[in-house]
Amino acid sequence: MRTRGFLLPALAHVLAIIAVAPLLWIVISALKPVEDVFDFGWPTRWTLDNLQYVLFKIPMPTFLLNSAIVSIVVTVVALFFHSMAAYALARLRFPGRGLIFSGIMSTLLVSLPVILVPLFLVAKQLGLLDSYAGLIVPSIFHAFGVFLLRQYYLNIPRELEEAADLDGCGYWRRYWSVILPLSRPVLASLSVLFFLANWNAFLWPLTITRNPDLRVIQLGVSGMQGQYASAWNLILAAAVIAAIPTVVVFVAGQRRLVDAMKTTGLK
Amino acid sequence: MVTTTAPPSKPSAKVPAQRPKAGLSRKRREALAAYAFLAPDSLGLLIFVALPMVLAFGVAFFKVDGFGNYQYVGLDNYMLMAGDDQLWASLKVTATYVVTFVPIAFVVSFALAMLVRNHFRGIGWVRSAFFLPHVVSLVVVGLIWQFLLVDKRGALSKLLAPFGLSDVSFLGTPSLALGTYVVISVWFVMGYQMLVLLAGLKDVPKELEDAAEIDGASTLQRFRFVIWPLMRPTSFFVVVNSTIGAVTGLQAFDLVYVLTKGGPARATSTVVLYIYEQAFTFNNMGYAAALTTVVVAILVACTGLMFAFTKGGRFDED
Repeated sequence: MRTRGFLLPALAHVLAIIAVAPLLWIVISALKPVEDVFDFGWPTRWTLDNLQYVLFKIPMPTFLLNSAIVSIVVTVVALFFHSMAAYALARLRFPGRGLIFSGIMSTLLVSLPVILVPLFLVAKQLGLLDSYAGLIVPSIFHAFGVFLLRQYYLNIPRELEEAADLDGCGYWRRYWSVILPLSRPVLASLSVLFFLANWNAFLWPLTITRNPDLRVIQLGVSGMQGQYASAWNLILAAAVIAAIPTVVVFVAGQRRLVDAMKTTGLK
Repeated sequence: MVTTTAPPSKPSAKVPAQRPKAGLSRKRREALAAYAFLAPDSLGLLIFVALPMVLAFGVAFFKVDGFGNYQYVGLDNYMLMAGDDQLWASLKVTATYVVTFVPIAFVVSFALAMLVRNHFRGIGWVRSAFFLPHVVSLVVVGLIWQFLLVDKRGALSKLLAPFGLSDVSFLGTPSLALGTYVVISVWFVMGYQMLVLLAGLKDVPKELEDAAEIDGASTLQRFRFVIWPLMRPTSFFVVVNSTIGAVTGLQAFDLVYVLTKGGPARATSTVVLYIYEQAFTFNNMGYAAALTTVVVAILVACTGLMFAFTKGGRFDED
């Protein structure tokens, strides 16, 4: 169905521009020379100095690399573990299935800020402070991925798996060669979601790391607030660099992301 | 090796339970395989989610110093709360934030969802534009708005100058900071809530609306009597989710931490920010754990209430 009239679509476009204006404003400001940062309007002179300074005079490449490592490892391992758990919950029969499913689901509403303090104590006991393992391992486990994948697996026709069963495939082969390839769309959706969440993670890295070499991008960017207090041209340049991968992933995986987001609200 | 024919199926030995063993019935094998598949995630959730929740209740009875020495203090940590003015201030901040943010975000998101519900030229870009702020990290969001709201020189001051408001300090005035934080939060989440509501709107049968229109129902009546009742489950989900996010989500920490650090005069100090400060600024781990148990209790109570209201997450077809 098309919207009748002209007014509402026009209003939608205007509101959309207002919604992204702050983001565009930051990008433009990051490309202005220091003295013009607060000037209203188009830059009189474009410059890449701010971006260059931030990239080469600050350990920005380290921050970016740390974030890339953590986000990618967490995403891959989480998808692997979650899909395994979801496969068992959706397709296999075993004693205690209902109980285990409820147990996993009961953690769905628990968010990091709530368990931060005791989680820190657990991580400390396990020797995870100031390490990549500390950044990665606790970030892997979340019931949401299991939930979404299980929903998806429930809808895969049983016949496909039965064929593999008749061919003599064990459970591992059925999961790896039948179920996983069939779940590419949902895995793609989740990987966009997980990557964004981990790239944007701030609170956990802030809590678990002190070592500057382990700083992730969000810590690095927020740290500039103190160090470069009012050098807004540099702070904005760093913020833009931190945001670019998320916007790129969003644009590339938009449809996938929207699918995953919508599913959260359905059931 | 001269043979070029691949074996028909590689024997895999990664999960021992799936190997057909003599003496193991099919049922047993299936169960063992299931436990093996479930083991990594279950263990992880136990250690990194369940254990911390339980541990909080244990640590809450101790005084923990900076060196990690535990001293049993009974209910002292809970007694402290009564006289902790900053805690009560934080609870008030979080409560005020919830009762303003949740309804505003819901109304704005619902309006946006209605606006981009039907096709028009450029709808894809419009939907993406509303969602884009949600993609950027809360740290970056905080920095963006700090920059836009810099006193006197910031973009907003300049925009408001014609109205004589160029001297207003949105983040520096205690009475304005919380409201500013609410508005920025709405900007951040509206695209996400819009998408969820949009998915719900897709399930509203077109025929019902058409029928209502033929019967002479106005646009407002169609919304009130057709769309609104059918959107109850989705709306309920959005509001519950939004409330939980407002109390315990990252938006209650990351954003304020970057934007105001809880100031000015603790006007934006949320409960989760306060717990963080107690734990990691003042090293009062025991007290912070006790505060955590209170938040967990509130969360469990809310979830229980939610389930009671919805009869286990299901809705009556009334």
